[in-house]
Amino acid sequence: MLGLTDPPKSGSAGLPPGGTPPVDGHSPIHGGPGLGVGAPAVAVVSAVSASPTRRAWLRFKRNRLGFYSLLVFCTLVLLSLAAELVSNDKPLLVVYQGKAYWPMVQDYPETVFGGDFATPTDYLDPFIRDKLAEPGNWALFAPNRYGPKTLNYFARMPNPAPPSADNWLGTDDRGRDLLAQLIYGFRVSVLFALALTCTGVVLGVLSGAIQGFFGGKTDLAFQRFMEIWGSMPELYLLIIFSAVFAPSVALLLILLSLFGWMGLSDYVRAEFLRNRQMDYVRSARALGVSNWKIIIRHVLPNSLTPVVTFLPFRMSGAILALTSLDFLGLGVPPGTPSLGELLSQGKNNIDAWWISLSTFAVLVLTLLLLTFMSDALRDAVDPRKAEQ
Amino acid sequence: MKLLEVRGLRIAFGPHRVVHGVDFSISPGEKLALVGESGSGKTVTALSLLGLLEGAQVQGEARFAVQAEAPVPGPGESVAQAEPAAVPDLLQLAPRQLRAVRGQDIAMIFQEPMTALNPLFTVGEQVAEVLQLKMGMPARDAWQKAVALIADTGIQEPERRARAYPHQLSGGQRQRAMIAMALACNPKLLIADEPTTALDVTVRQQILDLLDSLQKRMGMAVLLITHDLNMVRRFADRVAVMERGYIVEQGSVESLFAAPQHAYTQRLLASAPKRQVLAAQEGAAVALQAQALQVSYPSPKPGLAGWFSKNRFVAVQGADLQLPAGQTLGIVGESGSGKSSLALAMLGLLSFEGEVQVFGQPWRQGSVADLQKRRQVQVVFQDPFSSLSPRMTVEEIVGEGLGVHFPELPAEQVRSRVLATLAEVGLDEAQFAGLLQRYPHQFSGGQRQRIAIARALVVQPRVLVLDEPTSALDVTMAQQVLQLLQRMQAERGLAYLLITHDVAVIRAMAHQVLVMKDGQVVEQGPVHSVLDAPTQAYTRTLLAASEYFLGNQGT
Repeated sequence: MLGLTDPPKSGSAGLPPGGTPPVDGHSPIHGGPGLGVGAPAVAVVSAVSASPTRRAWLRFKRNRLGFYSLLVFCTLVLLSLAAELVSNDKPLLVVYQGKAYWPMVQDYPETVFGGDFATPTDYLDPFIRDKLAEPGNWALFAPNRYGPKTLNYFARMPNPAPPSADNWLGTDDRGRDLLAQLIYGFRVSVLFALALTCTGVVLGVLSGAIQGFFGGKTDLAFQRFMEIWGSMPELYLLIIFSAVFAPSVALLLILLSLFGWMGLSDYVRAEFLRNRQMDYVRSARALGVSNWKIIIRHVLPNSLTPVVTFLPFRMSGAILALTSLDFLGLGVPPGTPSLGELLSQGKNNIDAWWISLSTFAVLVLTLLLLTFMSDALRDAVDPRKAEQ
Repeated sequence: MKLLEVRGLRIAFGPHRVVHGVDFSISPGEKLALVGESGSGKTVTALSLLGLLEGAQVQGEARFAVQAEAPVPGPGESVAQAEPAAVPDLLQLAPRQLRAVRGQDIAMIFQEPMTALNPLFTVGEQVAEVLQLKMGMPARDAWQKAVALIADTGIQEPERRARAYPHQLSGGQRQRAMIAMALACNPKLLIADEPTTALDVTVRQQILDLLDSLQKRMGMAVLLITHDLNMVRRFADRVAVMERGYIVEQGSVESLFAAPQHAYTQRLLASAPKRQVLAAQEGAAVALQAQALQVSYPSPKPGLAGWFSKNRFVAVQGADLQLPAGQTLGIVGESGSGKSSLALAMLGLLSFEGEVQVFGQPWRQGSVADLQKRRQVQVVFQDPFSSLSPRMTVEEIVGEGLGVHFPELPAEQVRSRVLATLAEVGLDEAQFAGLLQRYPHQFSGGQRQRIAIARALVVQPRVLVLDEPTSALDVTMAQQVLQLLQRMQAERGLAYLLITHDVAVIRAMAHQVLVMKDGQVVEQGPVHSVLDAPTQAYTRTLLAASEYFLGNQGT
């Protein structure tokens, strides 16, 4: 993009634009978006001439809370994506008697490290720990030495155990480390929410676009279909399906996607109904542009405001949905780390305050971050919030 | 003693200064017009007097003489409340005191009565509410007074109309109801912000006459805000011309119109459209032709029958027209006359009955064969703000047609053609660095309209449909755009189908003219014969209303 414009030699050095300046009371324009080549420092001055995307980003950044929420959230997501490196019962690298082993990639029988059994090594076993602590041997462990399913057979406290030097946030009622559960559970929740949001947005935009753009009978038929579809009892369907099929994340995703697109579809439809009769669409028709191109290039970009605005809210809604289904036992299959399942454990073990409290804290933090981001995003996509 | 004296009024929105020290005054019973183009700060100035500007920093002084004597004939109910003879500064008043001034001493009417009236109350209730709140009238008296006020504004059957909701009234009636509401408390000053801009030309005249007669009878002062110099000439005693937040000239209407001092005033006065078109060629090919063209829309049927069938609302009824190549056919009519539907049908964008031919080829609605004709007939719409997609760059907007009709062109040539067309309409890189990468919001209304014209011209059409191309523009801009269109016609031999409500534009541009009313073609023929010797009564009314504003320009 930057190479396209050739600023005129004479006028490039900050000369005010000649000719007729805009009369609608805005300050004079200082330079096109393509002029930022040599002088990125003028970004603030040329806010008027920056592209809508860039100006939206500036507006987003102006909302400090939302901006820092975005940073924190992205950090958390990245950390949880690398959960195997953060919380794992297997060391990343073991050097034993001069030889290097990669337990995270490959299982080694205990005999390799001087044990008696041919089963995979339990690196929490005090015997193995002693072996690895011998001079010349060493191991590189993850900061938290437990995986999501690791049972600590050598724990000193009964389960659920309160926070200690071994288990920083304590253990749940089956002896699994709570911190590891939370990290992996957060990952599952966020990934699930992302997937659900994506499918919901794609389906919602698609159906809204078709209804809004073509209108008339198409719209009428689709609306009636949505009324019928929307009146199906979602929860009963979930219960029935979880009885018929083996529960899995994919099944849950499909079922929730089937119902999750309708809210968005209505907004997109309304935007399309409004935008399709704008004069720029008529002009494009008069030029002979095809329907498909008109939708993609003209109507869709101008109809995305509600989609973008609702994005983080949909994310938090999806996280909550998964959590509550897990809480009811209709969610992810047993054994999958999940926030909802932890909450239900917290309910069953009210005296084990660390379970409910830390899960609650993670949930609140996630939802808060998403809400703050939505606020900033709403400011960003609202062009009426002029940069004054 | 002056009724209102404004000194050194400055208004800013944050760092953005809009009005830079404005002085003016109004005597009791005087009609002052504040004239300027959009963005000149005239509306903001008026709103600041009533404290209606949110988030603005207002400095200066606006002394309003509450006790200033105005000749109030007839029974004066408002004498009851007399405040101490002070000359308060409107800009310093507390919100509470200001509320007392609003409506009671200074009333305001707005441009768009549909949005200024509450859709959930009948107009009678809204007028009566003012009386109850401001004058403490009991409900029954207030209603009777409201009906009387509505009758005063010349609405027929006031009893019945008072019970109507705003959407049940026509634009002119709504504006009359607004006036009744504003005048309910016999204000000393009426601020009228573009009171007729949203109305049709025949209604405009009536509203202005009404304001004039009410002003004479009630003896109030009027601050008229407008961009329309002819209206000022008709209505005002004195005039103040605003440009970019300054009053550049003020004086009595006679002296200012006779000898404008400031360059900007001179430019405004000289901005009536001029005729600079080639004479009609005999025997030119027919570019655009319609036979028995009828356009209708489905409209809902009331009651249960509406579930099964729909009424048809006929927007255009059996129109026949011919547009020879290289000429301009002007279609003139008021809003709702079906002229825009006619334009869309001629463009093949609306389903219609009858036949429309482009150089002898009929539109086949929705077929691929239409693509070739699409290149030949292009369109420019009225509102340059909605006719350019806000999320596309100038290059994408202007280049789009080339992608459709000349898909084989390499990117380099597309860009050079886009640049050449933009240069033709008067936009180039020297004025606007990075022109191609700019977005529409970075241009003013007139410049946007040029971009819209460039988008139409880039595919080298032979016919342009111009749907009110200058109505949304300021007078000086409108004149420039008309000149551009005239030049393009001379250079490229374009045929124009020009749709407008403005007889002056028709006079300047058209060879042929067609007058429409309620979907019917009332009269059509060569421009001089229709405009100078109209045969139909409606044409004469329309022309009379336009002449009213153009008035004694020639004399």
